[in-house]
Amino acid sequence: MRKRMWKLLPLILALPAVLPGLAWAAGGKAADLVVVADTRVLTNSVLYYFADVYNMNPTLNAVWAVVLTAIYGSFLGFFMDFLMSRTGLDLKSRKIVEH
Amino acid sequence: MEWLYMHMPISGVNIFWPGLVLIGFSVGVIGGFFGMGGAWMVTPGLNILGFPMAFAIGTDMAHIAGKSMISTVRHSKFGNVDYKLGIVMLAGTMVGIEIGAQIVMWLERIGLVGSVVRWVYVGFLALIAWMVFYDYAKAVGKKKKGLTDGEHGTEGVTWYKTLHKINIPPMMHFPHAGITCSAWLPIMVSMVTGMLAGFLGIGGGLLRMPALIYLIGCPTHISVGTDLFEVMISGLYGAFTFAMKGRIEMVAVFVMLTGAAIGAQIGTIATKYAKGYGIRVAFGLAVLACMVSIILKQFKFNAPAAVIILGAIAAICLWIMKIMFQGAAQELREKKAGAGQA
Repeated sequence: MRKRMWKLLPLILALPAVLPGLAWAAGGKAADLVVVADTRVLTNSVLYYFADVYNMNPTLNAVWAVVLTAIYGSFLGFFMDFLMSRTGLDLKSRKIVEH
Repeated sequence: MEWLYMHMPISGVNIFWPGLVLIGFSVGVIGGFFGMGGAWMVTPGLNILGFPMAFAIGTDMAHIAGKSMISTVRHSKFGNVDYKLGIVMLAGTMVGIEIGAQIVMWLERIGLVGSVVRWVYVGFLALIAWMVFYDYAKAVGKKKKGLTDGEHGTEGVTWYKTLHKINIPPMMHFPHAGITCSAWLPIMVSMVTGMLAGFLGIGGGLLRMPALIYLIGCPTHISVGTDLFEVMISGLYGAFTFAMKGRIEMVAVFVMLTGAAIGAQIGTIATKYAKGYGIRVAFGLAVLACMVSIILKQFKFNAPAAVIILGAIAAICLWIMKIMFQGAAQELREKKAGAGQA
């Protein structure tokens, strides 16, 4: 256990210090620009909800963005895996040849 | 033809949605094959479709996170993801990104940020392209002489062998990558690549993938899978911060992800039929195209820059698709012949 903790120590020490920096790596600082979604033209209730959350609650909007991206990404990943497994190709092994 | 346009509820613009699907598809193919996010491809593409620049980067970031998730699932099944190595490197990457961001803020204060960042970016792209082609030439020379480096065949540059001699504890074994080295090697390498990524304002796959090969000693296929795992995590964090700033158009992300789901399968499965050096050389060509495009942009030749980037994306994408479909057809023919004989 102690050996494992020792291995993970650099990771644990690094985590709290660094998270804000990723914002820049994600593509640079965005300009101070306020954009308001025009909910008056939206008839679809789901789109209306998300546009409203965008206008009213940035934190909830960010949580939804991460959760929905993760859910849809994993759904597509596993769904495509299910479809591809029906093609008859071997998708569990490969030979590594460099040259 | 109104049905070909979709209303984006946040930015309020109408976007040609097949274009979004095509961007997602192309980046899925290329990203799944090279193991990177591909922000350098998506952002100009979104801009050309008419997306406001304020939304292009954030939307791109969320799309990259989802797309990397799809590719990571597939690479993981192949055994191409070394999660242990990915987690260790994540620590170094994050520290590095923070340092890089601090350097940028300092350059911003002294008013030099724009030109310095762009030229450092060009310099590093040139260095990566040189490294890839030098490595390839060396590998070809060694193969002609009949020299091999181990179980994976001939390798050109083997700088990682010298770095593996560093004996500072704790020593760690990374089972999928098949390497044992000081934990400080991947931490330091990822810190340097993270620092450059933070400094250049990019996701970092473009730098991390060659670093995994040349400095850490991962086989090319493992480098691709492990890098995508890292891109996935940093992309999700990027999605959170950009959403907090109100810079993500989720409808566009979902449409692009639908295209990426198919593209990522093609790109990822194509790695099975490609040799490591095939992936490396194509990656070098993509880096060259990116470099030329940035130089043209620097001198305000925006149209030729867009043509070069989009032309390179189309050519590389078609080449990867050819590898995948030819390889898959061959595999199915062999299976059929095997079943017929039995």
